[in-house]
Amino acid sequence: MRHLIDPADFTLDETLRLMDLADRIHDDPSAYKDVAYRKRLATLFYEPSTRTRLSFEAAMLNLGGQVIGFPDARVSSASKGETVADTIRIISCYADIAAMRHPKEGAPLRAARYSRIPVINAGDGGHSHPTQTLLDMMTIRRRKGRLDNLTIGFCGDLKFGRTVHSLIKSLSRLPGMRFVLISPEELRVPDYIISEILAPNGIDYVETRNLEESLPELDILYMTRVQQERFFNEEDYIRLKNSYILTKDKLALAPADMAVLHPLPRVNEITLDVDDDPRAAYFEQAQNGVYMRMALIMTLLGLADPKTGEVAFDVNG
Amino acid sequence: MLTVDEILNGVVIDHITAGTGLGLYHMMELEKLHDASVALLQNVRSQKSGKKDIIKIEGDVSKLNFDILGYLDPKITITVIENGHIVNKIRPKQPQRLVNVIKCTNPRCVTSIEEGCDHIFTLTPSGRYRCVYCEQEFRVKP
Repeated sequence: MRHLIDPADFTLDETLRLMDLADRIHDDPSAYKDVAYRKRLATLFYEPSTRTRLSFEAAMLNLGGQVIGFPDARVSSASKGETVADTIRIISCYADIAAMRHPKEGAPLRAARYSRIPVINAGDGGHSHPTQTLLDMMTIRRRKGRLDNLTIGFCGDLKFGRTVHSLIKSLSRLPGMRFVLISPEELRVPDYIISEILAPNGIDYVETRNLEESLPELDILYMTRVQQERFFNEEDYIRLKNSYILTKDKLALAPADMAVLHPLPRVNEITLDVDDDPRAAYFEQAQNGVYMRMALIMTLLGLADPKTGEVAFDVNG
Repeated sequence: MLTVDEILNGVVIDHITAGTGLGLYHMMELEKLHDASVALLQNVRSQKSGKKDIIKIEGDVSKLNFDILGYLDPKITITVIENGHIVNKIRPKQPQRLVNVIKCTNPRCVTSIEEGCDHIFTLTPSGRYRCVYCEQEFRVKP
């Protein structure tokens, strides 16, 4: 049995196989409508996250499976003080696979250690959100046709943005990657991203404050939201927030085949007039997320792809 | 330069990262050593690192846990002195994994709420320890 707690839980080869399956589902979703018949997904959401929960539920329903669970800790036994370890042992009796969102970092790992069913981390605090990473990678590959030799710009809050950290870690396993880290001084990537991931692997990166100057060289622009609560000074927040708004005018500086990604929700960091630009890929990400989660559920349950007759990779070894 | 008398019987904990000596003092619970003389020297000039802290303990140190020094600060050296002579110089080893030895202090970590949850840290390639749950790096507080 395998779990997905951190993006690095899967080897690069396994990740690529999973993406291949998600691509096949993308191209012919109806072929997969009964793959998980009579299988049950438990969505254990200790904090509300409507889009992620609905994406998991849609994925399971698309596979012909069923869904049980809770959308908020207030309606779970956690409100009575039950531990994560106990909850997952009980849920293991009711479902075949679980997706857990929890405000405490490491809670899904704690659950996985006591679980008899595969556990998927659907986001644990500011720590990790591996299915977001997988769908980001899927979107990049579908847009660019490859996952190597790309220049990827990350823009906005690179300090607290967990999606950025996970994606940098995962993409660092691929050859020829170059990262352009665009952020205010106050929201630079944490030192460990550089000292433990980029530098030891000899990965080319540059840190800059300027979005406009960076745009012409990017294959991918990954936008994030600058969060007000991270600042002590309202003036600094407003000054910095407004320097990282992607507008149609700024986008004119970017290559015609660049893709703009964003984990969503956005506030004002991408103006609405960018949505109609063919480079806007953020709504595609949400769609790809359903296919990626379908591929993940199938694989962790050991269900074969009806198109190939094979499981994406072995989960029992 | 400030000098502290040489030790006849005891230990010198040297090469402590400057500014963390007091935190280390508390983690080793040296305040409970009622029968030993303890000197904490802060920001001592060092050829290697510019500045360092040193702890000198004169007296019975048999009840002290020196093992923890390896994961608190891997640069540390421990010199054991008996009858005015150096009898042993130890550089503590860093175990790959620590279970319930140090505690994760991240308030957002599952260990902060989950009853019966072990505090587990693993050694990273850079010689630091990270909580397996939240991946927060363990640091000795100054």
